[in-house]
Amino acid sequence: MQRLSKAATRIYAWFERRLQLEGPVKDAALHPVPRNTASWAYVFGSAAFTLLFLQIFTGILLALIYVPSAAEAWNSLNILNHQIPLGWFIRALHGWGSNFMVAIVLIHMAQVFLFGAYKFPRELTWIVGVFLLLMTLGMAFTGQVLRSDQDAYWGLGIGASILSRVPFIGGGLVHLLLGGPIIAGATLSRFFTLHVFVIPGMLLVFAFVHVWMVLKLGVNEWPMPGRLVNRATYIQEYQHLAHTDGIPFVPGAFWKDLVFSGAVIAAVAVCAFAFGPFGPTGQPDPTIIQTVPKPDFFFLWIYTVLSYLPPEMETPFILIVPLVAIAALLVLPFYASEGEKSWHRRPVAVLAVATIAVGWGVLTQLGTNTPWSPHMSAWSSDPLPTHVLHNATPLVREGAVVFQAKQCRNCHSIGGAGGERGPTLDSVATRLTIDQMRFKVVSGGGNMPAYGKNLSPSEIEALVNFLETLHPAGEPPAYDASRRAVETSQSNPPSARPAGSSPANRKSNP
Amino acid sequence: MSSEEHSPGSDQHEQTGIASAQAQVSADNPRVVSRRWLLFKAGIAVNAAVGLVLAVPVLRYLLSPWRSDSSYTSWVSLGAIDAFPNGETRLAFYKNPATRPWDGETDNVACYVRREGASQFRVFAINCAHLGCPVRWFPQSQLFMCPCHGGVYYADGSRASGPPERGLFTYEWKVVDGDLQIDAGQMPTLSNSAKLVNISNATGDQKCNG
Repeated sequence: MQRLSKAATRIYAWFERRLQLEGPVKDAALHPVPRNTASWAYVFGSAAFTLLFLQIFTGILLALIYVPSAAEAWNSLNILNHQIPLGWFIRALHGWGSNFMVAIVLIHMAQVFLFGAYKFPRELTWIVGVFLLLMTLGMAFTGQVLRSDQDAYWGLGIGASILSRVPFIGGGLVHLLLGGPIIAGATLSRFFTLHVFVIPGMLLVFAFVHVWMVLKLGVNEWPMPGRLVNRATYIQEYQHLAHTDGIPFVPGAFWKDLVFSGAVIAAVAVCAFAFGPFGPTGQPDPTIIQTVPKPDFFFLWIYTVLSYLPPEMETPFILIVPLVAIAALLVLPFYASEGEKSWHRRPVAVLAVATIAVGWGVLTQLGTNTPWSPHMSAWSSDPLPTHVLHNATPLVREGAVVFQAKQCRNCHSIGGAGGERGPTLDSVATRLTIDQMRFKVVSGGGNMPAYGKNLSPSEIEALVNFLETLHPAGEPPAYDASRRAVETSQSNPPSARPAGSSPANRKSNP
Repeated sequence: MSSEEHSPGSDQHEQTGIASAQAQVSADNPRVVSRRWLLFKAGIAVNAAVGLVLAVPVLRYLLSPWRSDSSYTSWVSLGAIDAFPNGETRLAFYKNPATRPWDGETDNVACYVRREGASQFRVFAINCAHLGCPVRWFPQSQLFMCPCHGGVYYADGSRASGPPERGLFTYEWKVVDGDLQIDAGQMPTLSNSAKLVNISNATGDQKCNG
C-alpha cells in the first residue's frame, strides 16, 4: 500500500514537473473570497458552465448518429428516437439541457445585474457575459434548425423573412443565411457548421475568459446598501474584505456550486426521462402546408410581439430594438460603473428586471395560446352548440350553415369552440344591430376580411339573421333607435302614439 | 524515470542561460536589438501579406451564395394548363431550379395557381408576405389564411386583414405549348419581392397592395 502511494506520488511528480499546473490551480482554488459570497445566490454561473459541458458531451454523442444532410437529418432523428437504444434519452438530455442552459444563463444575468456585479472592475466580465448570452441563444436557434422538421423549416422561413427587411443588403443576407436561394441542403449544412463548430468554439473561449476574469478580479462581494463602489479605492477595499473576512474559494464557496450543478444535471436528466425528447414533428417537406409552425419556447415571445405590432412599426422594431437592447447591455457597465450595488437602493434596476420578467412571461403565455391565429379546422371540426339552433327558423339554420361553411368559425368562437382571432360571437346580437352586422360582413374592417364579394346577398341575409339570434336569454338584441322610430311612425301616426313607448316590434329582417 | 532525477541541474543551467541572454539583449548595443526587432516585424509583415492573399479566396468562398436574384431564377413548369380549372385556385408543386443531391424533400416548392380565363393566370407564392409561413386556401370563403399570425388575403392575392403589409407574392408566368411556366427559384421575401411581384408585363395583373 505504501509502495503504491509512493509510486502514485512519483507519477504525479513526473507530470507536475512537465505541466507545472499545481501552482496556478492552487492559486485559483484557494484564493480568498468574501465570506458572504459563499451563498446559494452565487451558484448560477457555475451551473451554466456545467450545462455547457453537458451540452458538448451529449452533442458529441448525438453526432455519432445524426446525419447533417437535409435529405437524411429527419430520418436520422427518428432512428435516434426509435431504433438506437436510449437514443431518445440522449436527444432528450440535449434538448432539456438547452432549455435549462438558456434559463440558468438568464437567471445568472438577472442575479449579477441586481447585485451590481457589472460595476468596476468587472465591466469586461459583464460584456463577455452579454456575448455568452447571445451565443447561448444562437445555439438554441441553430439547434432548433438542426432538428430538421416542419417547425425548423418554417422557423427558418421566418428568420429569412425578418432578415430580408434589412435595407439594401437584406436579399444578400438572406442568401448568406440560407446558403442559397431557398431553404435546402446548403442551409442545413451551414447551420450544422454554426451549431457544432463556430458558436461552440467561440462559446468555450469566451466562457474561459469569463471565468478567468472571475478568478483574477474576485467574486463580487455581497452588496451592502451604502457601500459605494469607488474606482480609486475599490480594489483595496475588496482585498481587505477578502483577507479579513474571507474564506478559501475551495471548499468554502465551491461546495454549493458543486451541489447545485449536480442538482441541475439531475433535474435535466429527470425532465429528459419523464418528458422525452423534443420532436421531430413532421418531415421538412415544404409541399406539406397543413402545418402550424411555432418557434421553441424561449423564442415564443418574439412570435407574440410580431403578431401584436402595428404593421408599420414591425420592420423598424425587429431591426432596431434588438440592436438597441444589446447596445444598452454593453454600455451599462460604463454608464454605471461606480456607486451603489445593492438592489435595496436601485429601484430602477429592480423594476427593470421585474418588468422584463413579467413581460416575457405574458408574451410567452400568449405565444403558447396564439389567440391571433385562425383555427384552420374549426369550421369543419367544431359543431355549433345545439341550443343555438333550438327552435330556429329555416333562414336562421341556413345562416348557421353559411357561418360554418365560410370559415367564420376559424376566427370567431361560439360556445367556447373556434378561433380567437376575432371577438367571440356568443352575444354578438347585443353589441351590433343587424344593419351593423351586415355592414361588417360585407365590408370587413379592422382584422375582418370583407366578405361582400365572397357571399351572395341571400347568404349574407341568412348569416346576419343567424347572428341576430346570438344573445343571452334575458338580453334583447341591440336595435337602431332611429330605425325603429321610422318604422313605428310608418305603422302609427306619431301623434297617436309616442315612438318610445311602443313595445319592441322591430323587424328582424328589414 | 531515473534520468528525470538529474533534471534539476540541467533546468538550472537552462534558466541561467535564458537569464544571461536576456541580460545580453537588454544591455546590448541597440543596433543588434533593432535588427532583431526589424526581423520580427518583417515576420509579422510576411504573415499579414499571406493572410491577406488567403483572405481573398476565403471570402469569395464564404460569400458565394450572395448573388443577384436573377441568377437564381429560371422558368419552371407547373404542368399542363388543363390541370387548372377556370375560376379556381389550386395548389401546385415544382422542383426548385437550383438543387443539390442532398436536398431531399426540401427543394420541392408549393405555390397557388388561380386560373382567371382561357389564358389568364395568377400564381401566388405559398409564403405569407408577413413572415413566410405557408398560407392555406379556403375555396368556400375564397380566402387565403395564414396559420402563424392570422394574415388573410382575398382570392386575387390582395391583403384582406392581419399583420401583412401587402398582398401575396406573385410569380411571373407564361404559357408555352399548353404548359404553364413560372419564373421561380428563390424564396420570396420582402427584399426580392420587386422581382416577384408581377406588375405589368406578362399578365396585366393589378399591382398588389402595399
